[in-house]
Amino acid sequence: MKHLNGKSVYKGVALGKVLVLKKEDYVVKRVKIENPDEEVKRVEAAREKSQEQLQKLYEKALKEVGEASAAIFEVHQMMLEDDDYNESIENIIRTQEVNAEYAVASTGDNFSEMFASMDDDYMRARAADIKDISERLVRNLSGQNGIDTEFEEPVIIVAEDLTPSETVQMDKDKILAFVTVHGSTNSHTAILARMMNIPALIGVDMNLDEIQSGTCAVVDGFDGAFILEPDEKTKEETKAKIASEEEKKNLLLKLKGKENITKSGKKINIYANIGSVGDMGYVLENDAGGIGLFRSEFLYIGRNELPTEEEQFQAYKQAVQNMAGKKVIIRTLDIGADKQADYLNLDKEENPALGYRAIRICLSQPEIFKVQLRALFRASVYGTLSIMYPMITSVEEVMRIKEIVKEVKAELNASDIPYKDVEEGIMIETPAAVMISDELAELVDFFSIGTNDLTQYTLAIDRQNEKLEEFYNPHHKAILKMIKMVVDNAHAAGKWAGICGELGADTELTETFVNMGVDELSVAPSMILKLRKIVREME
Amino acid sequence: MKSFEYTVKDELGIHARPAGMLAKEAKKYESKITITKEGKTVDVTKLMMLMSLAVKCGQTVEIQVEGSDEEVAFEGMKAFFEANL
Repeated sequence: MKHLNGKSVYKGVALGKVLVLKKEDYVVKRVKIENPDEEVKRVEAAREKSQEQLQKLYEKALKEVGEASAAIFEVHQMMLEDDDYNESIENIIRTQEVNAEYAVASTGDNFSEMFASMDDDYMRARAADIKDISERLVRNLSGQNGIDTEFEEPVIIVAEDLTPSETVQMDKDKILAFVTVHGSTNSHTAILARMMNIPALIGVDMNLDEIQSGTCAVVDGFDGAFILEPDEKTKEETKAKIASEEEKKNLLLKLKGKENITKSGKKINIYANIGSVGDMGYVLENDAGGIGLFRSEFLYIGRNELPTEEEQFQAYKQAVQNMAGKKVIIRTLDIGADKQADYLNLDKEENPALGYRAIRICLSQPEIFKVQLRALFRASVYGTLSIMYPMITSVEEVMRIKEIVKEVKAELNASDIPYKDVEEGIMIETPAAVMISDELAELVDFFSIGTNDLTQYTLAIDRQNEKLEEFYNPHHKAILKMIKMVVDNAHAAGKWAGICGELGADTELTETFVNMGVDELSVAPSMILKLRKIVREME
Repeated sequence: MKSFEYTVKDELGIHARPAGMLAKEAKKYESKITITKEGKTVDVTKLMMLMSLAVKCGQTVEIQVEGSDEEVAFEGMKAFFEANL
């Protein structure tokens, strides 16, 4: 098994045989010629032939990948007619008395060099287009063929680089993936791969001479991996991934844009849990109704100092903007216990799950809490932001939070910084909060039940302890009764209640939750459509 | 000679395709049509030079038209920029 890495331009997974495409090492030779007119005529004929080929490619691309992507071949046709380009070719032939192939190749080099050195990603990628048209001209001049793009069975194409024309010429149904040494994410090949929904890796550091066509390989566009001669385990894992991708695609086709509604008309919101702004793509891709749990810890963990207000503001702003008006519920710092940050100098505790963590840190060190609140309120004007406070056990804690929020708003008012009043809710993850949820419901806008901690505290079971597995029952009646109680108390006060713990994604319980009147389930993005399917099939 | 200034509104700027269309359009006229960005002037009919200006969205260029049909060419160019860029 050999592991290689590259940059993924289309996220998908493929397993199959490799086909190494090598351009014939055609070296353009510089030959002295007698009759320059003859050479100029040859170039004209080759140009005409190239135009015809490009026209055909344009038509093929138009049918297969659409107008926007096909336009590149129109541009190639225009480039071929460029006066400077053609004058340069003719000049080289006449002044140096050399063959047409050489004149075209060196003109192509000069022009692509000019674009390659530009201070602009888009234009730099155009160097490949000039190479493409020049190679086409040379091929037509010398009568050699390009790479062979006809193959029997579906393959993983491995090459130094692929020009747009090579990419489009290939039969879409026979390509499992593209893997190239060169290329940029802005290149047409990358764009075409995305349009064609074909997994593609670029910038893979490999030696084509060491790779045999026919070798079995895995392309994983999710982590940019190119694995040659995978072992059985990797193959099985890949097959499972391909199957789940396939299932996801089918679900998407069927369920995207649809409501989470049962046959009898009961509705439930299905939102996404995310751990960083980087997960946003999956949220949108899976058609989440909003973000039900945005864990703000990622801003605090893995660094040497507290994140600044500005840094946090930018992250929250980006999140609400990306969701374009859909709800984004951001949970305030939930650090401590299993999640540590050295710079906070937290003491080592005997029992961290019952220790100094989450809202307890924020209330003891309001200077840290206030920075986050300021950033959150500042970001509120860019969309629909909600704030959620974790690890609540008492009414007093909520009152203290309200005091601090009031101070933060007063500070923002004093400095004329705009903000909106946002929905503020709490996590219900301690049995204490469940028991007083009737009182808490009067004080906040919503509840979100954190079933992971709630289960561990209620059943007195540490989930990390393997010995306890036989005693651990996530469907324990106590938990389900608690959830029911919390939902009822929320509704009695005219508030809503959701679930953001792992139990929310438990497909065996979806029906129970809908019947209990749970208003929202916040789950991993990959679970959203699966839950939607269950809800829509319910009576 | 006639000239006008234009601020590019197309998100991608004068990228490959509109540059190609622009060059093609300019070839319809007798007049010499040039485009200037930040002091650099190129002939609009020359696609590669035109692309090499790398005109971005929000940047202002000046288009100069000079020749026998400059009235028509001026109007034609103006209409082209308004419609495509």
